[in-house]
Amino acid sequence: MSVGFVMLCHTALDRAAQVARHWAERDCPVVIHVDRRVAAKDCAKLTADLSDLANVRFSGRHACEWGTWGIVAASQEAATVMLRDFPDVRHVYLASGSCLPLRPVEELRAYLDGRPKTDFIESVTTEDVGWTIGGLDFERFTLRFPFSWRKQRWWFDTYVKLQRMVRYRRKIPAELVPHLGSQWWCLTRRTLSAILEHPDRAAIDRYFQKVWIPDESYFQTLVRQVSGSVESRSLTLSKFDFQGKPHIFYDDHLQLLRRSDCFVARKIWPDAAKLYAAFLSDDAIRQAAAEPNPGKIDRLFAKAVERRIKGRPGLYMQSRFPNENHENGRTAGHYSVFCGFADVFENFEIWLSKASGTRVHGHLFAPDRVHFAGGDTIYNGAMSDSAAIRDHNPKSFLTNLIWNTRGERQCFQFGPTDTQQLDWFMAMDSNAQISVISGAWAVPLFRANQNFGDIRREVARLQKVEQEFLNILRSPFSKARVRIWSLADFVENPMEPLQTIIDEIGPRQGRRLTEAPRMADLTGFGQFLQNLRNQGMQPVLMGDFPVGNDPAAKSTRRGRPYLVK
Amino acid sequence: MAGSARLRLADFARCLARAYGLRLRRRRFLWRSFRSRHGLTAISDRCRLIGADDILCFMTVRNEGVRLPHFLDHHRKLGVDHFLIVDNASLDGSAAYLADQPDVSLWQTGRSYKAARFGLDWITWLHFRHGHGHWCLTLDADELLIYPYWETRPLPALTGWLEEQGHDSFGTMMLDLYPQGPLSQAQIVPGDNPLSVLTWFDPGNYAVRVQDRMKNLWIQGGPRARLFFAADPRRAPTLNKVPLVRWNRRYAYVNSTHALLPPRLNRVYATTGGERTSGLLLHTKFLPEVVQKSAEEKARKQHFANSALYDSYYDTVMADPVLHCPRSERMTGWRRLEALGLMSRGGWV
Repeated sequence: MSVGFVMLCHTALDRAAQVARHWAERDCPVVIHVDRRVAAKDCAKLTADLSDLANVRFSGRHACEWGTWGIVAASQEAATVMLRDFPDVRHVYLASGSCLPLRPVEELRAYLDGRPKTDFIESVTTEDVGWTIGGLDFERFTLRFPFSWRKQRWWFDTYVKLQRMVRYRRKIPAELVPHLGSQWWCLTRRTLSAILEHPDRAAIDRYFQKVWIPDESYFQTLVRQVSGSVESRSLTLSKFDFQGKPHIFYDDHLQLLRRSDCFVARKIWPDAAKLYAAFLSDDAIRQAAAEPNPGKIDRLFAKAVERRIKGRPGLYMQSRFPNENHENGRTAGHYSVFCGFADVFENFEIWLSKASGTRVHGHLFAPDRVHFAGGDTIYNGAMSDSAAIRDHNPKSFLTNLIWNTRGERQCFQFGPTDTQQLDWFMAMDSNAQISVISGAWAVPLFRANQNFGDIRREVARLQKVEQEFLNILRSPFSKARVRIWSLADFVENPMEPLQTIIDEIGPRQGRRLTEAPRMADLTGFGQFLQNLRNQGMQPVLMGDFPVGNDPAAKSTRRGRPYLVK
Repeated sequence: MAGSARLRLADFARCLARAYGLRLRRRRFLWRSFRSRHGLTAISDRCRLIGADDILCFMTVRNEGVRLPHFLDHHRKLGVDHFLIVDNASLDGSAAYLADQPDVSLWQTGRSYKAARFGLDWITWLHFRHGHGHWCLTLDADELLIYPYWETRPLPALTGWLEEQGHDSFGTMMLDLYPQGPLSQAQIVPGDNPLSVLTWFDPGNYAVRVQDRMKNLWIQGGPRARLFFAADPRRAPTLNKVPLVRWNRRYAYVNSTHALLPPRLNRVYATTGGERTSGLLLHTKFLPEVVQKSAEEKARKQHFANSALYDSYYDTVMADPVLHCPRSERMTGWRRLEALGLMSRGGWV
């Protein structure tokens, strides 16, 4: 009892001949179908190449365009030849010209001998498959598809739409329950002959001729009627990309394929000389025969599909430049933006760095230069501290910074004195945590030694800038984690907000703040605001500071300022 | 409602006008290149050796004797079948060397590089004449193409994959390589691998945007932007290139290989969040000879549309600078470059 191979070939016929010879010389009959579109000369060469082998047959040629009936017709005819000419064959294995056996024939034979009545064919109902491309699953069986999907796409799509519009539905022959699956199967003589000699075969064939991609459904459906023991999986390792096209295996997949323990793989790149040499030789000494185990390959290819469809979040480069809102994450990781904190607290950056264990920068978007943490002039990824380079493309600046520091949270100071080009970008970035003490930028001005007229003008300008920023943060489109306090509210009770922010940054979960940052002296700040009002300018963002009732930074003078139990 | 409809109509008209403008521009380039064929003298024309599926490499050279042996070697190993090269009056024996190579077809011209759209007119003519239907790689002598798996999968594997995906062009970025010390210290002799002395690069300071007109990317960054153009980054060199294209004789490069027409070929990037397959051009410009060459180029004024603006750039290079910085990264292999996000395997496994 033996296994016979049906091979469907259309390109790289020399490789197909090599594989056919491998099988035929190891006592496995081979029936080869050559696509009718292959030139007569090439086909004749293949025939001549294999003419010395007694157990190789060629079957009648059909044009096998992808997704059409031709492939099924070719399989049927070749399988008929196989069953007719080689009565010893018990299992028929459908393979393609770009398949490559990964394990010795004896192992396959032994495996099948152990399961003499089992049909290996992936066969699942349409509701259960997630891999159909183009949104056509059950409609494959209820619409008509006279047009080629590859060459006449417009007609194909239009005809599908038309049929949907007029609610056209084909009748599925009564006894059939549509099933789908990989087209590469291995069926027993009993099952295969029952399918080929089916009493209604003419009617069934006529029906399937207008089904879309019948090679993935013809045998898969019929096997359910005639077989007693279907093992719903393919013995051929075959992976597809997100467009439903088969992945190709190259020389560097050698180890991966070895470890998969699958019997046959497709598609192999015709120039993969190392693969063909390695797997078509007999000297492969192997450990005990194992079950096929394509798990590792499955994971690898699933990851590749994800890379192709979703990409790496926060990466912008020559082959990934997502349109706005299709980024799958605008930036590569979480980061925190602090507005006004460095004005309210002395040495806030040092304190924050200690308290949160993160990298804390100064004003990254300052007009003079980029204030990287520790005063660095060059930062991760060889980023320059030049303000001109940053402002030439601020979005790239920020996304690069976050990308270059993946796995290490970045914090930076921001305020109305900085360049504001990224307000919307950050507000709409769900990775951003933006905490604002509104009006805190007035504290340095309050302590500045300048003409009051200049200060008044500057306060008016910065207030306008920050108001704009706050409006963006409060817009319904904002996706960032935003917290806003007015300066007056914040100095009333500074520790609770700080604790919340630090907890959220949270690499040291659950730790309580023991040391408070030192608050700037705000004595006289209320009077300062009143003076501005007296000059006809209305400061609104700072909140309510009554004249003469200064907060005097009382809340931070306590030894252990704030403890929540 | 009516207002928005009118707006859409206006947008549509503008798109149409732009598309037609680009079409005219492309045809003008083709016409120019057709005219420029008179300037080319065939030194060794071996184009009859080109087979139907061959991958071709096009290039203009001028005094590149140091780099040529390794350049040819590298791209031969990748699977380039034939090189079509225009020699722009080299004085260092490059022409004689190239004429001796069995897989090189060589043309010579003494005309102005700048007047020939920086050599593109000549190359476009060769594309037109010999490139139709082939995958064409268009490079400079100081660029070495790499892509994911390049050591184990030759170019036909890549082009086969691109065809399978329905893509006619392949995007790359130029990665400037530099030595650890001053440029003049990285001495090599002709035939040596420049990558043996140029071992450092900037891992993550590349600014990317899309240019609306032709939908091409505009990537700037690297050591040159960081050191030479920190005050005026808009002038920093463009790093994106589309060097590998399945050619049609109606195509034309616009500006070096940074962009080409028709514009759909510039869409080498995914816009819905995914990644397409892309590569890198390892840029071996910063060999010691760049220091002397800069003086020469500054005098020739052949490399930029507005050459005077780049005088200070040449001056800086002539001063033998150190491009290395504490955050530079050492070149290891493509997997590291891919992990850094400098190129991508996309869905190619």
